Amino acid sequence: MNRPLRRIAIFCGILVLALLVRDNWLQYVRADELNGHEYNRRVQIERYAHERGDIIVDGHPVTGSVRTTGSDFTYKRVWKNGPMWAPVTGYSSQAFGASQLESLEDGVLSGNGDQLFFDRTLSMVSGEKKTGGNVVTTLSGAAQKAAFEGLGSKKGAVAAIDPRTGAVLALASTPSYDPSVFAGDSLKDSEARQKLLQDEDKPMLNRALRETYPPGSTFKVVTAAAALENGLYDDIDAKTDSPLPWTLPQTSVPLKNEGDIPCENASLREALRWSCNTVFGKMSDDLGNEKMIEQSEKFGFNREILTPVRADASIYPEDNRPQNAMAGIGQASNRTTPLQMAMVAAAIANDGKLMRPYMVAERQAPDLDVIDTHQKEQLAQPLTAGNAKKIQQMMETVVNSGTGTNARIDGVTVGGKTGTAQHGLNNSEKPYAWFISYARTASGSPVAVAVVVEDGNANRDDISGGGLAAPIARNVMKAVLDST
Amino acid sequence: MSVVTNTTTIGAIDAPSRRNTELALVVFAVVISVFAYANVGLALNGELPSGMLGYGIGLALLGGVAHLVVRKFAPYSDPLLLPLATLLNGLGLALIWRLDQSERFQALDTFVPAASKQLLFSAVGVGLMVIVLVALKDHRLLQRYTYISMVVALFLLILPMFFPAVNGAKIWIKIPGVGTIQPGEFAKIIITVFFAGYLMVKRDALALASRRFMGLYLPRGRDLGPILMVWAFSILILVFETDLGSSLLFFGMFVVMLYVATERTSWIVFGLLMSGAGAVGVATFEPHVQQRVTAWLDPFAGWGKEDASEQMSKSLMAFGSGGTLGTGLGQGNSDLIGFAANSDFILATVGEELGLAGMMAVLLVYGLIVERGVRTALAARDPFGKLLAVGLSGSFAIQVFVVAGGVMGLIPLTGMTMPFLAAGGSSVIANWALIGILIRISDTARRPAPAPAPSTDAEMTQVVRP
Repeated sequence: MNRPLRRIAIFCGILVLALLVRDNWLQYVRADELNGHEYNRRVQIERYAHERGDIIVDGHPVTGSVRTTGSDFTYKRVWKNGPMWAPVTGYSSQAFGASQLESLEDGVLSGNGDQLFFDRTLSMVSGEKKTGGNVVTTLSGAAQKAAFEGLGSKKGAVAAIDPRTGAVLALASTPSYDPSVFAGDSLKDSEARQKLLQDEDKPMLNRALRETYPPGSTFKVVTAAAALENGLYDDIDAKTDSPLPWTLPQTSVPLKNEGDIPCENASLREALRWSCNTVFGKMSDDLGNEKMIEQSEKFGFNREILTPVRADASIYPEDNRPQNAMAGIGQASNRTTPLQMAMVAAAIANDGKLMRPYMVAERQAPDLDVIDTHQKEQLAQPLTAGNAKKIQQMMETVVNSGTGTNARIDGVTVGGKTGTAQHGLNNSEKPYAWFISYARTASGSPVAVAVVVEDGNANRDDISGGGLAAPIARNVMKAVLDST
Repeated sequence: MSVVTNTTTIGAIDAPSRRNTELALVVFAVVISVFAYANVGLALNGELPSGMLGYGIGLALLGGVAHLVVRKFAPYSDPLLLPLATLLNGLGLALIWRLDQSERFQALDTFVPAASKQLLFSAVGVGLMVIVLVALKDHRLLQRYTYISMVVALFLLILPMFFPAVNGAKIWIKIPGVGTIQPGEFAKIIITVFFAGYLMVKRDALALASRRFMGLYLPRGRDLGPILMVWAFSILILVFETDLGSSLLFFGMFVVMLYVATERTSWIVFGLLMSGAGAVGVATFEPHVQQRVTAWLDPFAGWGKEDASEQMSKSLMAFGSGGTLGTGLGQGNSDLIGFAANSDFILATVGEELGLAGMMAVLLVYGLIVERGVRTALAARDPFGKLLAVGLSGSFAIQVFVVAGGVMGLIPLTGMTMPFLAAGGSSVIANWALIGILIRISDTARRPAPAPAPSTDAEMTQVVRP
């Protein structure tokens, strides 16, 4: 009986050997794959096991991390004044992922990014507790506060940038939401998020970057720039060839002005001051669709802008003559984000140089060493310095003695343009109130801003950019000027 | 092994009993286990666990008492079996206690700490082993109970059919006030006694009366009876109790013993064909088994849909997350497996927290127990002892393979517990009894033959002393 016994011994040995081989296959060969598997909750557990780095504004974090109870995700994200900062930071939720800066800069914030490889290795060796790095933004707390509080309970958005560098100073959107309410992974978080998603006012929509509006009369600035750049007009105080009434080409529909304003053959300066639809409509028609598109694209239209948070592409489309003429006064198929209009104002304020908008000034390692710093970069030159200065004069006239007087700031040169964009079928809905402006000091222009208010709680006659949006723009500019 | 010289002047030198080796190894096993226990406490709370002293003393008592009984009643037995079992039992206690500390489990309504109960069961198990060693002076006594064993084993196996299924398998019986018992664990040992007794008697008939066909000795039709019966019985267990593991275990063990008894390779071939046919046949109409096979073929495909798949993937991810050296005791997340994490899936905790290194060590400990068992069979002097020893160690090996292979995804998962490591009273008690019987057989096998009666002639004819 001993021969089969020996064979059984070998058989049992083979069974154990098979287990050992399988174990090596699992725990050595496939270890990384299984360890990082999408279904492996340990990945998330590790991710939330330490404090997340912060997003910093004016040297102070606007985010934080708190210990949770009753969850294996130890730390969760909290925000200081979440509704105000949500359009900048986005959300970071244990259950629902992250968005915007929280998502794009996750490598630094979570400490898992390639940039932090050496820090990770070092802290692993030294046994220090792992933490995330910080993201320092360009935003100005004062400007953001002015924008957010200025919008108040109204629906709308504000984008402010520093024309000299492209640094984003304010990015507000209302109604907003507090990302803290669904930062965890409990049922409560899930319900809170569901409620936000079902809200008709879309509080989670970042209107400053992700909503496009008809620009209304603020677009006349772009039309004026196109006219000057293409040599259609040269002297802003010379009479233009602008009959009144003026019929839209290929139609029998006369283009109307808002009220009885002096628009017949008005100069560029006067036309912008009074916001003459006939003058700019005809100007756009004279230039043609192609040249209008060309000028718009120099300002950044027709493509997404990465700040690094993505801003939707503002649009100036190919269209027929009457539509192109209407687009010249911002009332056709062209649409724009608030950020895009702030870029238009910024390019003009910065003597024609459009800087690439950005909101991350630098990234810091957990030990506060700087990983990298943003280098300012010129995105385009939509118009010459000379033409830019001409439009500055025109916009300053608007604020000093035109429709934008509400934006005046004592002792500072302010240029701006109001807009009131019709929308809805047959203009049935309340129009959008727009205002774009910049402030200028001896050392150049530190701030350009675009404000849009979707629906004022007022009669439609009263809604105008000058009434609703200009005061908000003024306060944002003042906040920037006061803090520099 | 035995160094017996023929010189009566010097006298027979006693075969080394190796009892001191055993004691040293038992101490080692206890110390390792207490270290594991301390490690868990330090990792989880930063301090030595308050129950450590009690646990250490308890385990040391178990090992110590067992050792003393072995020293007294089975002085020549294999010195490795007891320390290896003590080590696994001790490690198992530390692992179960570690899983008791899991906040995920403590949050469940159904949570009951298992470690203290397991220590109690271990004590009962060691007690049963002591009874085996004290009461069973010679393993051949068991031969008398061949057919009674059969009846008892069948009774134990059929019993759970009349009790409600627990988690899809009918392998438990519930006795109010006492708890649940898994009679299959005991039936495993008792049926081995029957097989050994039966095969010892019938082996000549099974081995010799055969025809040669294509290089194989084919048994006669009527000699096929027993294997067909056992096969049919395994299939019945599988169908009615949906217990794939036990079914595989009983049939595999029978084939191994049949092969050893008859030395005919044809039985192995038959056994493999029959188990293959049985498994495929049952898998085609038994949904419970089908799920397990699907989960084995592609564990991640059923994520969120099939519990069996999800459990399998969780187990694989626990192993993968452990890597080469593991996270360290108390620092893994093997409790994510949830249900049965401290019983069927306890190896996943070993894999995650002790890593590939720890898993290989544990698997080798199991391998050593099995090989010491087969070694005992080789050394046994009587056929019954050989068959009993190889049956017990073979069933132990198959159980380890089926459970470990199942949780590691080598074969489809079956509901069985890892001997000694897993939480579960029946399992640990039955396995201590199994070790007891192996110790008894090895004692008989290694006991030096009684010294031949001194021959005066030898003295007289001895001229020169070597």
